[in-house]
Amino acid sequence: MDARAVPWIVALPLAGAVANGLWGGRLGRRGVSLVACLAVLAAFLVSAGAARDLAAAGPSPQVVRLFDWVAVGEFRASAALQWDPLSALLALVVTGVGFLIHVYSVGYMADDPDYSRYFTYLNLFVASMLVLVLGANLLVLFVGWELVGLCSYLLIGFWFERPAAAAAGRKAFVVNRLGDAAFVLGILSVWALLGTLEFREIWRLLGDGGGALRGHPGLVAASLLLFAGATGKSAQLPLYVWLPDAMEGPTPVSALIHAATMVTAGVFLVGRLWPLFEAAGPVLGAVVAPVGAATALFAATVAVTQYDLKRVLAYSTISQLGYMFLALGVGGGGAAFFHLTTHAFFKALLFLAAGSVMHALHGQIDLRHLGGLRRYMPLTFLGFVVGALSLAGIPPLSGFWSKEEILHAARAHAVGVWAVALVTSFVTAYYATRAAVLAFFGEAHQPAHAHDPPPAMAWPMAGLVVLSAVGGFVGAGWAAAPLHALLQPVFGEHGKAAAGSGEVVLAVSVAVAGVLAGWWAHRGRREPDLGPVGRVLAAGWGVEALYDRALVRPAKAFSRLLAERVDAGGIDRTASALAEAVVRAASAVRTWQTGNVRQYAAGVLAGAVVLFAYWVLR
Amino acid sequence: MTVPASAYLLLSAALFTLGTVGVLVRRTALILFMSIELMLNAVNLAFVTLSRVHANLDGQLAVFFVLVVAAVEVVVGLSILVHIFRSRDTVDVDEVDLLRG
Amino acid sequence: MTVDLRPLAPEVVVAAAALLALLADVFTRTSRARAVWWLVALVALGWAAGAVWTAGEGAFGVLYARDGLANALQLVGLAVAAGGMLLARDYLARVGLDRGEYYALVLLSTVGAMLMVASQDLLFLFVALETLSVPLYVLAGFARDSHRSQEASLKYFLLGSFASALLLYGVALVYGATGSTGLARLAGAEGSFPLLVGLGLVVVGLGFKAAVVPFHAWAPDVYEGAPVPAVAFMSVLAKVGAVGALVRLLPLTLPHLLPAWQPLLAALSAATMVVGNLAALRQTNLKRMLAYSSVSHAGYLLVGVAAGNGTGVWSAVYYLAAYAAMNLGAFGVLTFLERAGVEADEVEDLRGLADRSPALAAAFAVFMASLTGLPPTAGFVGKFYLFMAALQGGLLWLAVVGVITSVVSVAYYLRAAYAAYLGPGRAGVRLHPGPWAGVGLGVSAAATLLFGVLPGPLTTWAQRVAALLR
Repeated sequence: MDARAVPWIVALPLAGAVANGLWGGRLGRRGVSLVACLAVLAAFLVSAGAARDLAAAGPSPQVVRLFDWVAVGEFRASAALQWDPLSALLALVVTGVGFLIHVYSVGYMADDPDYSRYFTYLNLFVASMLVLVLGANLLVLFVGWELVGLCSYLLIGFWFERPAAAAAGRKAFVVNRLGDAAFVLGILSVWALLGTLEFREIWRLLGDGGGALRGHPGLVAASLLLFAGATGKSAQLPLYVWLPDAMEGPTPVSALIHAATMVTAGVFLVGRLWPLFEAAGPVLGAVVAPVGAATALFAATVAVTQYDLKRVLAYSTISQLGYMFLALGVGGGGAAFFHLTTHAFFKALLFLAAGSVMHALHGQIDLRHLGGLRRYMPLTFLGFVVGALSLAGIPPLSGFWSKEEILHAARAHAVGVWAVALVTSFVTAYYATRAAVLAFFGEAHQPAHAHDPPPAMAWPMAGLVVLSAVGGFVGAGWAAAPLHALLQPVFGEHGKAAAGSGEVVLAVSVAVAGVLAGWWAHRGRREPDLGPVGRVLAAGWGVEALYDRALVRPAKAFSRLLAERVDAGGIDRTASALAEAVVRAASAVRTWQTGNVRQYAAGVLAGAVVLFAYWVLR
Repeated sequence: MTVPASAYLLLSAALFTLGTVGVLVRRTALILFMSIELMLNAVNLAFVTLSRVHANLDGQLAVFFVLVVAAVEVVVGLSILVHIFRSRDTVDVDEVDLLRG
Repeated sequence: MTVDLRPLAPEVVVAAAALLALLADVFTRTSRARAVWWLVALVALGWAAGAVWTAGEGAFGVLYARDGLANALQLVGLAVAAGGMLLARDYLARVGLDRGEYYALVLLSTVGAMLMVASQDLLFLFVALETLSVPLYVLAGFARDSHRSQEASLKYFLLGSFASALLLYGVALVYGATGSTGLARLAGAEGSFPLLVGLGLVVVGLGFKAAVVPFHAWAPDVYEGAPVPAVAFMSVLAKVGAVGALVRLLPLTLPHLLPAWQPLLAALSAATMVVGNLAALRQTNLKRMLAYSSVSHAGYLLVGVAAGNGTGVWSAVYYLAAYAAMNLGAFGVLTFLERAGVEADEVEDLRGLADRSPALAAAFAVFMASLTGLPPTAGFVGKFYLFMAALQGGLLWLAVVGVITSVVSVAYYLRAAYAAYLGPGRAGVRLHPGPWAGVGLGVSAAATLLFGVLPGPLTTWAQRVAALLR
């Protein structure tokens, strides 16, 4: 199977979405699940086939042009898909993990009245994500970027009758729009600078560190804007606030979209435009790495204090995404994408295990009310422990290998970042252990009828257990590191040199120390009082409160000034400050519209007078 | 005695301004409408004067078009006004403000 | 002296159809006979479109140019007229307004727009503008017994005449400065003060028709009060005429005065995008929301005019075509709905639409996505072109404003699209079948998607216009 098969990878899930969207009612539940799962499985098989031939075809990207899309003067962008190591890796992860989660959803959503709507969205999401990773230019990538965002809002707000779900959907929406605006401006500036949006052209123009354009201010601006877009989608500081709330959606959605795939789109974007970021001079080292490191540490410490199991995992995702950006920032592109892959396995596994707990306990997810579940739900317990230890970086589980590599890359390039990464590693191991202890050990708080989920949910978990356990070998040095062989043409030599044994020992000891500390501090499901520190952490370091003070309140004061007479009621307090300011401004604009003809005429005349004045004063 | 063209143009501008002010301050739709007619006729005066200044007929031609258009507006405008008056018993434009916001 | 009238054939056909429709209305009593005349008028539109398509390029005296711009926008205008007639038929019959003069007015107004985009003389432009506007005043008040419709009509008429008078004074000033109302003389004219003021007033008049801020205040009130098919038609047609005339007047005729008018147009464009989108955010009435959306789209169209380059000109043409499809469709969806005997025009009224008619809801979602500029729809491609044009024209800041305001606009468009997918339906809202309107909507939705996924042919077609730029 060669690159000509690539369009099918997108077409199959899309066809599934269309079929379920139009005839979902007539197909029945069994039909809907079959269509949805088989569509994704088929896409996975096609990807796998095409990926096998990628090695034979050599490293240069193969572009499949579907048709000419837009053209402005010299500039042309076609609807084209690109098949290269990076897109192949992501396509495999998206369709592979996606397939498992589709199967899991068959069990998880079995009683939901909107069964076919759910699978329509889920298939549509997979198709959109594939457009994002397979696009051969920034415009096609943007199409996917917008569509995955749309699917994400639809699925966060899937249970729209719950106010929290609706509010979470809205928040995700507002925050992501900020990132998207930056992203669009980034695309425009890339075009203004290079005159092309094709990845191959960008690589050609900026290969070898950018040549004459190296460090060009326009390039710096473009990369900063694109990175800002990435922080929105990938929930980095300061735009992370939507992701914890996004957990209001169904749990398989959290696993697929808000852990394994969509939120990694920002990481993918930076990897995709790697030569651009390298050519932009200090951006990677001075912005990407610090933002990633700060987010990694920040989110990990917040995760320590959360009681909602899904929120723990959400902050953990933010933290691990920070890890990936950190890796990119220190030049370890290969390490970042290795971690992206293993993270997709173990974080999906953790979410599916959390979903099984919710499934068994009718939605109960508060760690204070769980406990002792290991006796009733052995498979779920196994899944969660493997996932948590992998997250903690305990060898030989998958997370260990990729995290090790990131630490190595950081050590080689920026010692400060490396130190932060090590501390984060400790905290990560701590909170992962804490969550496992609080949920699965100690005395049972739960009715004894709690039990492992039905086969449709159990098998995908089992699959992910295996992947989380041994998935790291694809990048392990002693296994000839096939992943790195694949990614080598993309990122060059970075992150490939093996770490010294001293480093490995240090990393493992930190992780083990974290696990032991977590075990000791929470033994017997105890919850040590962290005092004021704990309160600060539990409040998310006060970032949301800071947003409230620094943005929401001034914006409110400003908008009060703007629209004194306007009724303040009904404005969602959780919506971001900016949104509120915009809304208030909107109300002010509305009050101009009095309905009086003579005032309108005065408006027209005033406009004319301003024109007049402009000519006179010019 | 010859009156300079600039005087006509000033008169035209003054009439136009009067018309504009009329639109802004009068509340009766009919008078508002007459003010607009005044504006159009002010323009006619300007056209005729400028036609003389430039010594070509374009301006005079323009006046015919403007007159026809003004007549068309009268026909449509009055029918709208009459209709509103019949159903609401008022032609005060300040009272016609159902639509706003 | 002989005058070749053949270039005027399309306008003559449409005008004749309008007169025929008026006359026929007097003698027809049955709805079946009316339907026949309605079909005849549609055929006439098709015929005129064919005539435009094959017309080639040529001039008719000094008043009128049959060039690329005229041909392109006349086709858009004819398509809008056909869409307006398709959307109106079922609706008017349902609410008891099925009178032939509706179609006569639509056709006459179309003639006005066709002449407007082709006129090479400011006075001729004024007459064409009035031919466009006067029928629209009547259409706005077509629901004669509705107080709202009457009010819409009165407001539109008073403000429209006022703006026309300003425009006319501008024409007089230009005449005073150059000794001619023709664009040919204007083309080389020096930017004297009276000329610039005159141009400014002409821009005011055209900006009024296109609903450009601060000349837009009529639009929300008129669109809310007027019958929905009339709104669908007028919101697009007036923009076709006004933006076409602006393109002809500024980038095509006065490129040498670009430094004088570009900042002004850019400022108007920015203000229009900002105010239009902001005001739309808080609307709960869908017609009002779409009215502000239509204001904001005037701003996006002006981006192309302000850019002043070839890309800007053809992007504006492209966007007009895209806008015609998506806006006709967005209003068109409303023609199907009714709440307790009146138009269902609240966002809430859309609730549960997806359950009652998945196709209608899907089409509505497509129109909303396109209006907000999400890929892969015509709106996205059009906005992309326009912002590119702004960048090429050195108006980076305008492109930034455009991007940010489109981002804001997602909030209200998607809220409306969401409503259609959230059940259950609002009590008292009914969905009426409308086969003809269905055809119109289907074509609009298909065009919205097609121009977004395969924009190539339309782009090539629009790009021919740029050749006119000197």
